[in-house]
Amino acid sequence: MRIRNPTDFLTGLLFLFFGAAAMLLSRGLTLGTAAKMGPGYFPFALGALLCALGGFLLARGVLSAAAGGWPSLQIKPLFVILSSVVLFSQILNPLGLLLSTALLVLLASAASHEFRWKEALINAAVLVGIVLTVFVYFLEFQIPVWPAPGGRGM
Amino acid sequence: MELLSNLALGFQTAVSPMNLLYCLVGALIGTLIGVLPGIGPVQTIAILLPTTFALPPVSALIMLAGIYYGAQYGGSTTSILVNVPGEASSVVTCLDGHQMARQGRGGAALTIAALGSFVAGCFATVVLALLAVPLAELAFRFGPAEYFSLMVFGLVGSVVLASGSLIKAVGMIVVGLLLGMVGTDVTSGAHRFTFGIPELADGVGFVSLAMGLFGICDIITSLEKREKRDILKSRLTGFWLSRRELREAAPAVVRGTLLGSLLGILPGGGAIISSFTAYMIEKKSSRRPESFGKGNICGVAGPESANNAAAQTSFVPLLTLGIPPNVVLAMMAGAMMIHGIQPGPRVITSNPALFWGVIVSMWVGNLMLILLNLPLIGIWVRLLTVPYRLLYPAILVFCCIGLYSVNNNTFDIGLTALCGLLGYGLHKLECEPAPLILGFVLGPMMEENLRRAMLLARGDPSVFFTRPLSLAFLVLALLLLIAVALPGIRRGRDKAFTE
Repeated sequence: MRIRNPTDFLTGLLFLFFGAAAMLLSRGLTLGTAAKMGPGYFPFALGALLCALGGFLLARGVLSAAAGGWPSLQIKPLFVILSSVVLFSQILNPLGLLLSTALLVLLASAASHEFRWKEALINAAVLVGIVLTVFVYFLEFQIPVWPAPGGRGM
Repeated sequence: MELLSNLALGFQTAVSPMNLLYCLVGALIGTLIGVLPGIGPVQTIAILLPTTFALPPVSALIMLAGIYYGAQYGGSTTSILVNVPGEASSVVTCLDGHQMARQGRGGAALTIAALGSFVAGCFATVVLALLAVPLAELAFRFGPAEYFSLMVFGLVGSVVLASGSLIKAVGMIVVGLLLGMVGTDVTSGAHRFTFGIPELADGVGFVSLAMGLFGICDIITSLEKREKRDILKSRLTGFWLSRRELREAAPAVVRGTLLGSLLGILPGGGAIISSFTAYMIEKKSSRRPESFGKGNICGVAGPESANNAAAQTSFVPLLTLGIPPNVVLAMMAGAMMIHGIQPGPRVITSNPALFWGVIVSMWVGNLMLILLNLPLIGIWVRLLTVPYRLLYPAILVFCCIGLYSVNNNTFDIGLTALCGLLGYGLHKLECEPAPLILGFVLGPMMEENLRRAMLLARGDPSVFFTRPLSLAFLVLALLLLIAVALPGIRRGRDKAFTE
């Protein structure tokens, strides 16, 4: 078996996964009847529909006459950007807005192929200034600014 | 005469100093992000949603609406001067606008884009004001069956807008509907798909999903491309239109305005599809079709009027029926719900100041834009020289802080990273996220109406086919699906998206 259209094939797999998950999880909920639908009725039906669509795409991916290539991935931007966001969410509470913002900017900047240390540092400093002025001073967001004393972690 | 008193009420709301200020802020931010390629109204509204929490709902909506139509003004600037579309709805403006700039008529192209947008904006405001009351009254007669069928129609409409595979777009709607189910079921109180995570009891946050799918995902995919911008360095002169240009462009503005106003109202319609259609119509109806792509002023005037008209009339279905016709309006629907306003026919009666205020603010905003846009073009052009490598960390910072402020917790930030990953995967699989967001917004309402309709009909699904209005919506949805699936129209649509 050769997969002729990988994007169709993979989308089919994804839809099947979501659809099957929805159907399985809905079984733990009351299905009810058509006249008195329980919380599981609509999600179960949607899951079944998604599975059908996924199955169709899977078959089309294998049989399709229109051949396509595998999607090309670049790991670096994906990994660096996502981890910079996750990092921010983890360190905001212990370290405060000031340090977290600076670290977010520095790490995220490294995702670009044009990364330069000096430029990223200046950018971080400028953005920290803007953030403090706009969010803390003007909009008065309730957000920890400085590192919590004693390194209180969350 | 009722219309006049309504408009007077709207005027009072819209010209209060605070609302004027937010209208200006929205219009300016809209123009700014319109000028910058790679960031559009959807991402911007997602990013700025949390900052509007502290505002009264009217001011928040006035500002967010300003971002949408402001972006239509700004997008043309980049298309004309850089030959890179600032917005998806300005793609076709590149074709003739940039050629005009190369021939030294860049100033004239910018002027006609702004003038056309202004004429379209004024007309669309009137359309919105005239259509709103009758449509909302019609909607009051809808039962749950009609609403369910209307939502099916609206969701099918979003498929038209998506490029690529029809099956994938339908699947994305279903994924969106399922994501909308996450959280506490309103009717029974049961927790669905929450995996025992307390933060998910209120459902997946709209802001998290929107920012992940559009904000974060777009940054990642932009970083994969390594494109260079080539800005036209010559000085801009000659903003005045010659008499011949004006005579040629005026009918195109009228055609674009009418077309955009119509397409904006239909489900699946909006600024993007209107500008493409307007360009095709201008080219087909022209006596000199060969001059298109070589700097024909009609190729700028038509699409630029159409996209602005559509941006505004697409508020009609949202404000009267509660159905967002495209993804930007789905963001507006999300914003309204966050501010505790359920979009739908009740907005006009229960919140007249908000409704008419937002409508009149669009006209005020258009006036501000035409006064500000041309004098400020020098600044906008300079902004284009800010490299993306400095811009995207700033976008990320705004995203993260905004997300934290939604619920004052960091869970939403992590959830957004997950949504970003999902968005990236979907992008690679050539699945458009727009139908997903529409499904997500409409999901809970759709389920509720389905349940109520079936309860009233004692479990007999024929209720959807025996009530005339409901049947009409379903037939329309079916026709639309068939139309999109037909090979001939399909090719035309694909051509429109690639051209």
